[in-house]
Amino acid sequence: MVGITSYGAYIPLQRINRKIIANATGWSTSATSLPGEKAVANYDEDSVTMALAASTDCLTGFERNKVGGLYFATTTPPYRERQSAGIITTALDLRPDIRAADFTDSVKAGTHALLAACDAVKAGSEKNIVVCASDCRLGRPGSAQEVIFGEGGAALMVGDTDVIATLEGSYTLTYDFTDQWRADGEKFNRIWEDRWVRDEGYTKFIPEAINGLLKKYKLNIKDFAKVVIPCIYLREHQGITKALQLDEKQVQKEMLTTVGDTGTANSLMMLVAALEDAKPGDKILVTSYGNGADAMFFQVTDHIEKARNRRGIKKHLASRKDLANYERYLSFRDVIPMEAGFRGEVGPTRLALAWRERRTILALCGVRCKHCGTPQYPSQRVCVNPKCGKIDEMEYYRFSDKKAKLFSYTSDVLAYSVSPPEMYGVLDFEGGGRYAFNITDCVMESLAVDMLMEMSFRRKYVDSVRGIHGYFWKAVPPRA
Amino acid sequence: MAPGIKDKVAIIGMGCTRFGELWDKSPEDLMVDAFKEAIDDAKIEKKDIQAAWQGGPEFVAVSLGDSACPLAETLKLPYIPVTRVENMCASGSEAFRAACYAVAAGACDIAMALGVEKLKDTGYGGLPEFSHYSTIGVKNRIIGANQTAPGMFAMLATRYFGRYGISPQDGKKMLAAVSAKSHHNGALNPKAHLRREVTIEQIVNAPIVAWPLGLFDCCGVSDGSAAAIVCRADMAKQFRSDPVYVKSLQIAATSGAEQMYTDYDYTHVETTTRAAERAYAEAGIKNPREEISMSEVHDCFSITEAVTMEDLQFSPRGKVMDDIMSGRFNLDGAQPCQPDGGLKCFGHPIGASGIRMIYEMYKQLQGKADKRQLKNPKYGLTHNLGGIPYRSVVSIIIVGH
Repeated sequence: MVGITSYGAYIPLQRINRKIIANATGWSTSATSLPGEKAVANYDEDSVTMALAASTDCLTGFERNKVGGLYFATTTPPYRERQSAGIITTALDLRPDIRAADFTDSVKAGTHALLAACDAVKAGSEKNIVVCASDCRLGRPGSAQEVIFGEGGAALMVGDTDVIATLEGSYTLTYDFTDQWRADGEKFNRIWEDRWVRDEGYTKFIPEAINGLLKKYKLNIKDFAKVVIPCIYLREHQGITKALQLDEKQVQKEMLTTVGDTGTANSLMMLVAALEDAKPGDKILVTSYGNGADAMFFQVTDHIEKARNRRGIKKHLASRKDLANYERYLSFRDVIPMEAGFRGEVGPTRLALAWRERRTILALCGVRCKHCGTPQYPSQRVCVNPKCGKIDEMEYYRFSDKKAKLFSYTSDVLAYSVSPPEMYGVLDFEGGGRYAFNITDCVMESLAVDMLMEMSFRRKYVDSVRGIHGYFWKAVPPRA
Repeated sequence: MAPGIKDKVAIIGMGCTRFGELWDKSPEDLMVDAFKEAIDDAKIEKKDIQAAWQGGPEFVAVSLGDSACPLAETLKLPYIPVTRVENMCASGSEAFRAACYAVAAGACDIAMALGVEKLKDTGYGGLPEFSHYSTIGVKNRIIGANQTAPGMFAMLATRYFGRYGISPQDGKKMLAAVSAKSHHNGALNPKAHLRREVTIEQIVNAPIVAWPLGLFDCCGVSDGSAAAIVCRADMAKQFRSDPVYVKSLQIAATSGAEQMYTDYDYTHVETTTRAAERAYAEAGIKNPREEISMSEVHDCFSITEAVTMEDLQFSPRGKVMDDIMSGRFNLDGAQPCQPDGGLKCFGHPIGASGIRMIYEMYKQLQGKADKRQLKNPKYGLTHNLGGIPYRSVVSIIIVGH
């Protein structure tokens, strides 16, 4: 049987209360009265970094060498040509001889990727495919979309061994329904009239997909412990669940008021939340929406108990910090072009070097001396241990998944940062090894010498002269 | 065991420009100014110089370009051997070291070392951003933290305060005393960039640059040039009656261990410590605290100077605060440090600083230090640090009668 063998998720730390957005832009339009808050990716995060974080959560306890594929779903990739899935596989330190693919152009791509992964495993083409999804869509300041969109990521591993939720069936609808869209080269999403979107799309396609699935497999909606319906309008979400005659406890809680509409990750994040609470025997129905609708259902197995130690949705929801400033939020995605000064200029990236050092840079791999056992970063040929110094007796050693103690640190207002102050410190890794890294997602007051930190994959810089997004790792206080 | 450099080389002339934001001076102007003073002081002519070394790191390469050609063609040196050497902020000392070895080896009779820097053409307040200027190399731009010099040295302070149980408030006061003392000395020095007394309170309350370092804990960036003319010791008295002799030239470069191995404690600088040990052995100094009369050290940041006093064995480990607060290193103290105002107030034109430090020691030993003159100094020590505490090249030079 084929299905989900693990799950993971990621929600960025900062949350902005929608009232703050309304206060800032309400003079321009009658902003939507949507309550709650939305999750905001930091300036150094994007769809790739968030998908990687979710995938790392999903791969807890799993040997990276055994991953047979990685599918990444997003409508906001950093490049139009350069495989984002390849950046993620390299950063996860996966084997190169695996299938990697980007699924894009529709917020339904998350479930496209999930179904494609199940098909591939079922056909015997690959085993252990990680499906990850994340989006960083932008609505114009003052738009309803700015209020609705949120940022986050989800990841599911698909396989045929120790399956925690088997894929039992699917029903998909493809409609060129252009309710929301964004042409090549455009920065902001567009949307047609809300009323039309709700009446002709959202409230029609989802029930059509669900009913199609029920009919195809001769099921009753009452059979399901949880039904995942992506929420992009609160009232209509309720309307759909009522029309389907769902019990309240069957409805997977919406995340619009706590995270926002996360695009390709939307339904998959809700699926992860459902799996966190699922019991063996539960049937879970998952729908997605965007240029049509997908519907599929899973059967939870006994193995679900083995997959409880994930950060998933719950722990990420609880780990939060208020972003109280609307202008700062706009600066994260360069919506307002803040003055960077000379220090904001970035020197050119040398791609031949970046390729040769890809394991050092993207996977945070150093080496360990086979002679004295000292881990060291970055990769060296001559052992750094003053009592050893052996040449060429090294083996690869991964630092990305190691925790580290903060040996010393500072908070710097001179160094350029989109979100000052720039913080950095010296990290002593558990097991050995030391290096200095930037620190993100915290304030200086929360740092202390010897506190435990973990590593987080971030977009460290953008080389706008040569059109290159530069990724590297930063240290963060552990999220959970 | 090699006998070392002690008493093999003499300094017979030196020059040093004013340091500051010298908007109307080109790097060529600065080189010529330092050179003129040096050959006048030595009472020699240009044609007597048989080899020359220029100290200049990345930033002067930006203004002048690479190689020895800028120095040679500006001074119109007549086809003699000229070399540009580089070791970040220790480049000036590196040039001096090369010139000394040349005459000590008998490769030539008279050699010159000149350091120059034109930082104020870069358009930055502070050192230029590392991403454009490859002082740290292209790979380090990607995997190295986005950081500045103040921040990298600030991490010394965080760890030092923690290890020795110094509260942030007391720590800030200790650092402030270091800078206040240098400001007092700089105010007495007509060539210094900053010539204003500043109080402890002003320093402690100044805006933070990189915690815990504030504005007055950081030296500024300056333009300037300095030059030294050296010859073999047995020739020195032909040129003047009061040459100054080189007692020791030592440098130490990081092994990489501070950065990547967990032994390094971030409360001292290993390169300074090792270079100093070798320098004292070479010069025959048994008790540095008693014998080194005066010093010019690399006070790029106040914490650097504090920690350096311990690395140089002037103060016991963990105890420099007592010595700083009791005024030991003040101009009227037992072991004056930065009599000319230091990097903090004289200024820090990177390629020139190492030679400027020697200039002050030279003038003090000759009794020509004017309002800053110390009484009967015997040995002067310069400490020049290129890089950051955990990745550095340090030069220690000791001079005397």
